[in-house]
Amino acid sequence: MQGLLAWVPLLPLIGFLILVAIPLFHRSEPPQKFVACIGVGSVGLAALLTMIVAFTLFWKTPSELVNISLWQWMLVDNLQVGFNFHIDWLTIVMLLIITGVGFLIHLYSVGYMRDDMDFRRYFAYLNLFVCAMLILVLADNLVLLYLGWEGVGLCSYLLIGFWYKEPANGTAAQKAFIVTRIGDTAMAIGLFLLFYEFSTLNIQQLISVIDGQEVNTEIITLACLLLLGGAVGKSAQLPLQTWLPDAMAGPTPVSALIHAATMVTAGVYLIARMHPLYMLSEVAMNAVAFVGATTLLISGFSAIAQSDIKRVLAYSTISQIGYMFLALGVGAWSGAIFHLMTHAFFKALLFLSAGSVILSLHHEQNIFSMGGLYRKIPLTFICFTIGCACLAALPFTSGFYSKDHILLSAWEYHQGVNILWLAGILGALVTGVYSFRLLFLVFLGKEGTASTHCKDANTPVMSIPLCILAALALFGGLLAPPLQAVFGVRPDEDHSAWIEGVAIAMPLIGLAIAWRLFLHEQKSGEQRSPLMQFWFSGWGFDWLYGHLLVRPFKYLSQINHNDIIDSLYKGTAAVSRQMNALLSASQNGQVRWYLTSFAVGSILFLALLVAL
Amino acid sequence: MPIETAPGLEAGIMLSSILFCLGLAGLMMRRNVIFMLMCVEICTNAAALMFVVAGAHWGNVDGQVMFVFVVTLAAAEVAIALALVLQFYHRKHTVDIDQLNELRG
Amino acid sequence: MNFVFYLTSAIAVVATAMVIFHKNAVHALLYLVTSLLAVAVIFYQFGAPLAAALEVIIYAGAIMVLIVFVIMMLNQGDSTVVQEQTWLQPRTWLGPALLSALLLAQLILLVSSGKISSNQTFHYIGPKQIGIALFSHYVLAVELASMLLLAGLVGAFHLARRKKIDSEGSSNAY
Repeated sequence: MQGLLAWVPLLPLIGFLILVAIPLFHRSEPPQKFVACIGVGSVGLAALLTMIVAFTLFWKTPSELVNISLWQWMLVDNLQVGFNFHIDWLTIVMLLIITGVGFLIHLYSVGYMRDDMDFRRYFAYLNLFVCAMLILVLADNLVLLYLGWEGVGLCSYLLIGFWYKEPANGTAAQKAFIVTRIGDTAMAIGLFLLFYEFSTLNIQQLISVIDGQEVNTEIITLACLLLLGGAVGKSAQLPLQTWLPDAMAGPTPVSALIHAATMVTAGVYLIARMHPLYMLSEVAMNAVAFVGATTLLISGFSAIAQSDIKRVLAYSTISQIGYMFLALGVGAWSGAIFHLMTHAFFKALLFLSAGSVILSLHHEQNIFSMGGLYRKIPLTFICFTIGCACLAALPFTSGFYSKDHILLSAWEYHQGVNILWLAGILGALVTGVYSFRLLFLVFLGKEGTASTHCKDANTPVMSIPLCILAALALFGGLLAPPLQAVFGVRPDEDHSAWIEGVAIAMPLIGLAIAWRLFLHEQKSGEQRSPLMQFWFSGWGFDWLYGHLLVRPFKYLSQINHNDIIDSLYKGTAAVSRQMNALLSASQNGQVRWYLTSFAVGSILFLALLVAL
Repeated sequence: MPIETAPGLEAGIMLSSILFCLGLAGLMMRRNVIFMLMCVEICTNAAALMFVVAGAHWGNVDGQVMFVFVVTLAAAEVAIALALVLQFYHRKHTVDIDQLNELRG
Repeated sequence: MNFVFYLTSAIAVVATAMVIFHKNAVHALLYLVTSLLAVAVIFYQFGAPLAAALEVIIYAGAIMVLIVFVIMMLNQGDSTVVQEQTWLQPRTWLGPALLSALLLAQLILLVSSGKISSNQTFHYIGPKQIGIALFSHYVLAVELASMLLLAGLVGAFHLARRKKIDSEGSSNAY
């Protein structure tokens, strides 16, 4: 039964290999049904396996641990890296999310991508992504985790630039790759530091080493901050958040799977996985919390100003991951993972519904040209409404349970009113505003320019995943994973009723504000107030980085266009060439000229003698 | 056996120098290969004259021995040079040395 | 006797000058022979009869005849005179003449600046002494000279052969 777990990442890999290898054996493109069977089937089987294992092994015993040792990967002196998996409940939760939500999104993709020429390439990339993501969460050591980490980064790059014929998509892909590379470099340095200090990169060994002995807190802090750098890059948190809104250039199901449900939450998983390390360092915990709090506010306000349906969702993703970081920073590990799970449900639901809208409107993404769609695509409308309610954390939706958990933890962490809790509460208000603004602008109100030729594009393969996800998003709050064995049990405290009240009231106030402001807004998205313009540009981070980093770099490259260092060598070459030209001009093949040179030479020589 | 009535060493050297310079000037100004060859002979002869005059002045046999070698050298050189001239004319149908500039850099 | 020396010297110089400025190759060659004969007389005056004899026999005789043969073989005719006329413009010869004059002036300056030797006697050196020197002290040099002549013979034979040169001129490199 345990051995089956090794098949979980292997199945998508096999799917990827088959899809990639088809042109070797078959000249023409295979039929879409075949590709869909391979692509969706492999992930579906993986999901089935995961569920079987989860229910048989883990359901009754939350403290169950499984270690699977596949093979030795590298062995250099005392660096021992095995291709080994470590499975506990945290891993199981991640596996269920990745394979389960991944399967639903694969299924949806069959409908969404039905008209695309590169159907096979799309599913190959998607399968490779699932494989890499599974390796990331299954890894029992940080090197293997890093393999998966880079693998998902690669797939993210490939899928953002999937429609590579549009240059802007390629630019967005490069931006995502380069910005995350900054974080990944920090993470790699963090790994080096950990290995240098503790001579192991196996996560369990690392934790036991730290538990067992007195450790230098400064080293731990530094290592935690470096790992946080990696997490920040991958999870699009401040200050490396700028890539995610641009990453919406990829197909919408990709945005749902990679840039909402799974890959961007890898940073949260990493920190949760390394939580014993972070608990030793107050500084690192506070850094995580403040990164999360600032990010959730900044991107929340940015989301209010966006006009592209997918960019709103992208900013809301950044904001929700900010909540997870806030939870991690206040030690609410299980709260963070719980929110990760519910977020995966409702954000995948939102993205897939948005995908249906986009497809129905023939690839129109501007929300100001939409409106009044609730009559034309009712199923999508219902799903989107459920998603928005969860996102805004209206009571008794899944988002409510997880976000409430986080806010309470933030309250407890400082035993009272504190800036993290206030940020979270304000964020809840902002979330309510932007999620219902989106809902109202797209589905209610007057019909926009694009709404008139709306045609419901939902097919059964798209509707079924939407319905399942809607159910999960609504009732996922009841599926709180039993993570006590992993993170330890926290004592329950009694809270004043008003804290709960505030947490419930905030989204409703946000809903009211959105109702007041946006339900009947004129479709004049192009004229914005300066504040809205500032938020629209994502608080000017792109402008700032452009002027701070990109422009000076381009300027330096411009200066160095002819290679300043090389000019020394080029100068030497030029001098030699000049000398050569001079001497070869004298070597003109004329015998009489040579003779004359002899004569002049001897005259000069004799003149020397005469002078002496 | 000393000879008292000789014109003097300096006179011999100066004659030799004049002849040599004439030969050199001819080498530089003529374009005809045959003329250049003759000028080479003039130069060689001037050098030989110098050997003989010096040998006679010091009463040394080496001067005339060198003359013999110079004549030998001149004979060999002329033989080769004339053969080259023939080939040159055969190929280019001219005796203009300026046409022979294929080794220019 | 000094009068004879200066006369022959003058003949040698003038004849040589005629060689380098003459347009007709055969005439120039005859002037060269005259010059060589004058030099032979000077050799004789300096007490070197063997050198004088060799000068006449080998230089004026053999070598010059060789050149005559080649001129005859080339057989360029009267057109050469016109050609030489065009080749010997003043701007062509002025530069080399100036250079040579400068060189000559330097040589004369150097020679005359030295101490005039008081001993103006010359020694007669006959063929016998030369023969002894050649075949005793200089025997190795004589052997080398014979090798040189042999090499010259072979080389001249090889070079002067008339090979058929194909029109492309791609082969038969020497």
